This record gives sequence, structure tokens and C-alpha cells, in this order.
Amino acid sequence: MMKKRVRNLIMIAGGLGVGFANGFFGGGGGMLCVPLLDKVLKEQTKVAHATAMLIILPISIASAITYVVSGYFDLRLTLIVGGGVVAGGIAGALLLKKLRSGVVAVIFAVLMIAAGVRLAFF
Amino acid sequence: MVVLYILVGIVGGLIGGMGMGGGTLLIPLLTIFCSVSQHIAQSINLIAFIPMSVVAIIIHAKNGLIKGEYFWWVALPATAVGIIASLIVKDMDGKLLSACFGYFLIVLGVYQLITAIISCVKEHKNKKKKLDKGEKV
Repeated sequence: MMKKRVRNLIMIAGGLGVGFANGFFGGGGGMLCVPLLDKVLKEQTKVAHATAMLIILPISIASAITYVVSGYFDLRLTLIVGGGVVAGGIAGALLLKKLRSGVVAVIFAVLMIAAGVRLAFF
Repeated sequence: MVVLYILVGIVGGLIGGMGMGGGTLLIPLLTIFCSVSQHIAQSINLIAFIPMSVVAIIIHAKNGLIKGEYFWWVALPATAVGIIASLIVKDMDGKLLSACFGYFLIVLGVYQLITAIISCVKEHKNKKKKLDKGEKV
């Protein structure tokens, strides 16, 4: 077991990193938060995924308010895309057990790298 | 165009619901295929995450998967810094932000790829072990 003070420091430092990324990039905090919880703080994978959402929610609310106040807001687009996200999210949660495997994760990682290269260099 | 927006949303939601970081895919889908500006794409993702996660958190909490301790130690400092980061981004050039996002995606993608390959290899080894013992897979 980690010393309590070290553990607290890791939690705060990790939180600062997750919060900065999620506010700066408008997402992606969860992909940093899950490994922080399961690899570094040794939580179960399921607990890490669930608790990561609890951590990202307040960041997203506060960042969303800041974006909207700054004028970065498109109501029509948000409603249309957001509706799709909610519908897809429910379906994804239900499909989770059937589809999630190493192969899907590999395909997804390659897609991310491709999109990243496209945005960073072209 | 509306159909494309809805489709992109569904794909992002699907990946997010499967716990593989939907936002990290939703944002580039919006900017690359729907020519939405980087700032607006980020704003959409932040807002769309809110209703989805509220529902998911309630379900997870009922199943006892949420550890409240992290709210105070991780979420609070994270939220404070999140606001600061949002303010930094406010006046940033959209193209520069988009390029930064690209580098961020590459880093996340490479990490994801390595962990995915490791888990694939482990899965394969476990199957092989069971086969060697004559068990059904």
C-alpha cells in the first residue's frame, strides 16, 4: 500500500493533468483518468471507468460554461450532434460486452493516430 | 448534412459508451468530415458529455462502482485547472489548437495501441494455455 501522503499528492497532480487536458482539448480527460485510477492508484478496471466519469463531469460542466460564455456555442449543431451522442452512448453501453475486445481497441487506436497525424501535419 | 451530423454523433456516442474515449473521436470527426471549427467541436463534445455521463454515473453508483473519495482529491483540482485551460484556449488560433489536438491524439493513440496489443497477446496466450490443457475455449 502506498503511503497516504504520496497517494494524496498523486491524486492531486493527476487531477491537475486530467483537468488541464480536458479543458484545453474539450475532451480526452477520461483517457488519461482511467489509467491514472487503474494503473497508478490500483483500482479495479470497472471502478476506474465509472469513477473517471464522476471526475470528468464537473470539469466538463465548468469548461462548457467557460466555452459558452466565451462565445463558442452553436445551439443547433449541439442539439443535433448531442442527440446522436446520447443515442449512440446508450447503444454502446449495451453492446459493450459483446464487441469490446483487443481487436476493436487496436482498430480504434489506429484511427486515433491517423486522425492525429491528419490534424497535426496537414 | 444533418444526417451526417447525427451519424457522427452516434459513432462518437457508441465509442464513448463502450468506454474508449468517444470525445477524442467525436472532435476530429466533426472537424475533418463536417468542417466544424475546432473550438465549436470542443464545445459540442463538452456539452454532449454532460447528459450522457449523468445517466451513466447514476447507473454505476447503484452498482457500487463509484468511489466518492476521488471527487474531492481528483475532481476538484481538475475542475479548477479545467477552467484555467478553457480560458487559455479562448483566444487561441483555431488552426494552432487543431494541430495541438492532433499531437494529443497521436500520444493517446500510441498509448492505446500499446495497451491494446499487450492485452491481445495476453488473450492469445491464455487461449493457447487452455487449448494445451485440452479445455474448451
